[in-house]
Amino acid sequence: MQIAIIDYNAGNIFSVDYALKRLGIEAVITSDKETIAKADKVIFPGQGEAHSTMRYLRKTGIDKLILDLKQPVLGICIGMQLMCRHSEEGNTDCLGIFDAEVKRFIPRRHEDKVTHMGWNSLQNTKGALFSGSFDEKFVYFVHSYYVSLNEHACATTEYIQPFSVALEKGNYYATQFHPEKSGSVGEQILSNFINL
Amino acid sequence: MLAKRIIPCLDVKDGKTVKGINFVNFRDAGDPVELGAQYSEQGADELVFLDITASHEGRKTFADLVRRVAANINIPFTVGGGINELKDVDRLLNAGADKVSINSAAIRNPRLIEEIATHFGSQVCVVAIDANYEDNVWRCYLNGGRIPTEHLLFDWAKQAEELGAGEILFTSMSHDGVKTGYPNEALCTLSETLHIPVIASGGAGKKEHFKDTFTKGKADAALAASVFHFGEIKIKELKEYLHNEGINVRI
Repeated sequence: MQIAIIDYNAGNIFSVDYALKRLGIEAVITSDKETIAKADKVIFPGQGEAHSTMRYLRKTGIDKLILDLKQPVLGICIGMQLMCRHSEEGNTDCLGIFDAEVKRFIPRRHEDKVTHMGWNSLQNTKGALFSGSFDEKFVYFVHSYYVSLNEHACATTEYIQPFSVALEKGNYYATQFHPEKSGSVGEQILSNFINL
Repeated sequence: MLAKRIIPCLDVKDGKTVKGINFVNFRDAGDPVELGAQYSEQGADELVFLDITASHEGRKTFADLVRRVAANINIPFTVGGGINELKDVDRLLNAGADKVSINSAAIRNPRLIEEIATHFGSQVCVVAIDANYEDNVWRCYLNGGRIPTEHLLFDWAKQAEELGAGEILFTSMSHDGVKTGYPNEALCTLSETLHIPVIASGGAGKKEHFKDTFTKGKADAALAASVFHFGEIKIKELKEYLHNEGINVRI
């Protein structure tokens, strides 16, 4: 099985590769469109800023490539946000795979820090990524923008308010949290994706 | 609900983990990668690897060690020591570190915080502060507690936040290694002043100290070294204790 990790100048790409290696899976980190198009599974990872990242994807044509993929695709963190319709970060039009809006956290109390960073628990898990029992399991987050609740949500978390932390629609899957940094729970979710 | 984090810190010298009592008299506590993997399995939420001799002797943190850590453990980790410029940050993040911790370099060149935040995001930038309570003020120190500065803890932490720090890691030099608890009053002031997470560091000797720093100190995370390295406190038991005390931790 060929797994392609899309290399698009974003951070955190090596972590995904390391995590797959720990599962015994060799992946290829690439920006080559043909390699990505031919892969059995595609991972769209990363950390970064929405506007500049989206501009890079358009410039390189990776945006259209992602929209054309028929195999299972997993977006992680900024990858998930860019698969949505629009992000408040830099007022950016995104890929529009998921009809959802990406918004910035607005603190309500002093304890609400604007970067949601650390381990938080999953709720309302369902679908292929969460086959098994994942409600109340902790996963690792680092983000300041969130995807609002929507019909494609297959997991939610509460921080300041409830929001979507995993999405599923057709062959597209996404997680706001970092499965590659989420201990054995994250490995199980990655494994569920690989075994689709 | 967001969990309080337990962070074992691995002070590294010559590729080995060490822990000082009040910053001197190191005792050997094992291989960093092996320890890191063990902690991860026991339920540590994050790891910190500090090349403690780096800033004093001008040595760079070994990117190879970072690479081995990244390959072997499945939780986030921070690397510090010997980071003086953006290039050092780039090298460590590329080796697989999730965050970098800067200390002396940030005081010498506060712009470095801004540069890291701009290039890699605030979440990557942990500003570590060593401070000592003396003459009724918390004075910040450079080079692992060797050189006093004009900076005072609360002002410097606020400035670091404004420059783009993602977290503040505060070590009280008089509490570090003596196992009498964290400086909760100062931590509470930090937590109430800042809008970024505060990591308590230095002073843990028993489980109650962790509970106190989360409740009285309002810390977001607690870091400790020797109590974990020498097995005095097991992370799994600590988390069960905290959970039973009503503190939200990842179990």
